[in-house]
Amino acid sequence: MRPEGRGELDSLYFTYPTFDAPERRDHLTDRAAVVIVGGGPVGLTAALTLARCGVPSVLLEAKSTYNDGSRAICIARQSYHIFETLGVVAPFVDKALGWTTGRTFYRGRQILEFEMPDGPHEKYRPMYNLEQQYIEQFLHEAVRANPLIDMRWQSEVTGIGDEDGGVTLQVRDANGTYALPADWVLAADGARSAIRGMRGLRFSGQNYEGRYVIADVRMHHDYPTIRRALFDPACRPGGTVLIHRQPDDIWRIDYQLRDGESAEAATREDAVRASVAGVLSEIGHEGQWELEWWSVYSANTLALDDYRDGRIFFIGDSAHIVPIFGVRGLNNGLADAQNIGWKLARVIKRTAAETLLDSYSPERRGATLDVFANASKSTRFMTPPTRGWQVMRDAALSLALNHPFAGAFANPRQMTPYTYADSPITLADRDGFACGPTPGAVITNARLDDGFLSDRLGPGFTVLAFGALDEEERIATVDPDATIVTLDPQGETARAYDAEAGTVYLVRPDEHVAARWKRATGGDVAAVLAAILSGQGAGQ
Amino acid sequence: MSATTLETVYERLAEAIDATGSEKETLLLAKLALLLAEALGDPDRVVGLIEDAARDLD
Ligand SMILES: Cc1cc2nc3c(=O)[nH]c(=O)nc-3n(C[C@H](O)[C@H](O)[C@H](O)COP(=O)(O)OP(=O)(O)OC[C@H]3O[C@@H](n4cnc5c(N)ncnc54)[C@H](O)[C@@H]3O)c2cc1C
Repeated sequence: MRPEGRGELDSLYFTYPTFDAPERRDHLTDRAAVVIVGGGPVGLTAALTLARCGVPSVLLEAKSTYNDGSRAICIARQSYHIFETLGVVAPFVDKALGWTTGRTFYRGRQILEFEMPDGPHEKYRPMYNLEQQYIEQFLHEAVRANPLIDMRWQSEVTGIGDEDGGVTLQVRDANGTYALPADWVLAADGARSAIRGMRGLRFSGQNYEGRYVIADVRMHHDYPTIRRALFDPACRPGGTVLIHRQPDDIWRIDYQLRDGESAEAATREDAVRASVAGVLSEIGHEGQWELEWWSVYSANTLALDDYRDGRIFFIGDSAHIVPIFGVRGLNNGLADAQNIGWKLARVIKRTAAETLLDSYSPERRGATLDVFANASKSTRFMTPPTRGWQVMRDAALSLALNHPFAGAFANPRQMTPYTYADSPITLADRDGFACGPTPGAVITNARLDDGFLSDRLGPGFTVLAFGALDEEERIATVDPDATIVTLDPQGETARAYDAEAGTVYLVRPDEHVAARWKRATGGDVAAVLAAILSGQGAGQ
Repeated sequence: MSATTLETVYERLAEAIDATGSEKETLLLAKLALLLAEALGDPDRVVGLIEDAARDLD
């Protein structure tokens, strides 16, 4: 919502372009290998992931422009790595504000300052703040420049039906309606997913009590990019407030609605102005400010039981809704897009068996359930659901004023990438490793020469070989796209990976470890790679 | 701990509950429980003791 007199797209800092429906109609009904429904951040990322593997797609978006407000603003480190593999990270690095620190206050006094894991071995900071419109704009500019992606704006999917070996979508745009046949569909059509409804699928999970107003204001305010959480502040007794800095002098203020306060009354402009003014005076902002945009958000943990329905895969908010604390909504969706993207591309190019796709739902649903476990903890702390949770929360906050150990309860448990330990395409350790990224985990980055280990990863699978690798040539016979990176078996990286001469890590295209050996030959690696790509599972 | 010192704890707790008043006594006891658990450094044991304490409340 925006202040009286301003239209939905009248932003103080962002100029919304308008994109037309396709004018040329002759090719519209051509069969597509993949149709992606929804051009939000997740759909755009899926299209770019497929294109990077050489697979074309049609991307359908009902609206004529980007998101009307800034919604998701926190981008996690691993999402930057995804953007980097897609060749789009540069504008994000230029524009977004990186941060590592959070501060928590109770009744105006600081009770916790936490640092997210960071260090010289990391290429990117743990978190970046950037308005969602920019996220979509930067991704869309890459989509637009990519000849493999046919993005159609103002094109709404109104029906979907199965046919032999494919799916047919009904599409409506400003110039007419048409049927679009596809081999595969990625449903990236958001929380209210029309595809989910048309397929008769339902979310299961929980709705929480806590509702938040999220408001963006523009002001010159002198405070570093540090997440601030205010518990029981004078401006909202008993409530919780979050404050984040964004680029362009935009500040995000989230505040909890009181029990019994109706969302309708609380989102009226005068009510939002009064609440924001209260928060700003609490944090000592004396100067001018302008209201940019606001919305209301509730804390839900909802997900589909299976992210696949025949030839349709659900990615992003269409598959799962998570609470905002811990900033996993968007980041989790980007990982979905990357995960299905590399797998589907290989199936379409026939370099992998269709059964590889069976690993998508367990891996990404596992990630969502892990997010739920963490987010439920954060949510119970931010908005205690019952008296018991309230008593313990208040006890922890009150103790934290003088006892730092109790401040740890207020840590928001920010996003860390999920470990696919139980995935069918992860090979459990047979050798003992004292440290290093475990099978299923995202690799640990490291400094190498002038750059980082992540810079050396190939576009497909990467074999990290410490020292010389015997029978290296066997790998290319199974996967000609694999990259072999030879690393010093003595150096700092070797120590971080508990590696010696002959140690090998097999890394997937999404930077998760598929398998590792204390000593392996190219033949050992090729056998596991073949099992993954043939869909037998890594352990076969 | 000898019986007399445990008795002192008993007395101090009674006094503290009275001084705090019924509105805040739960908060007081919850804070105390967290402090004791932290000092004990044995979360499993504390979880067992919570079950003990929940017995025979009527
Ligand atoms: C009010 C609000 C506030 C939020 N705040 C935060 C926050 O503070 N932090 C956070 O991490 N996350 C937040 N989120 C969540 C975050 O915005 C989402 O996780 C993220 O946008 C998910 O991306 P997506 O691409 O899956 O879906 P979306 O961004 O919703 O994109 C879906 C796209 O599909 C299109 N579409 C829908 N139906 C059709 C159809 N039938 N045919 C064609 N196209 C269709 C839509 O027009 C839309 O562009 C918020 C969400 C909302 C609604």
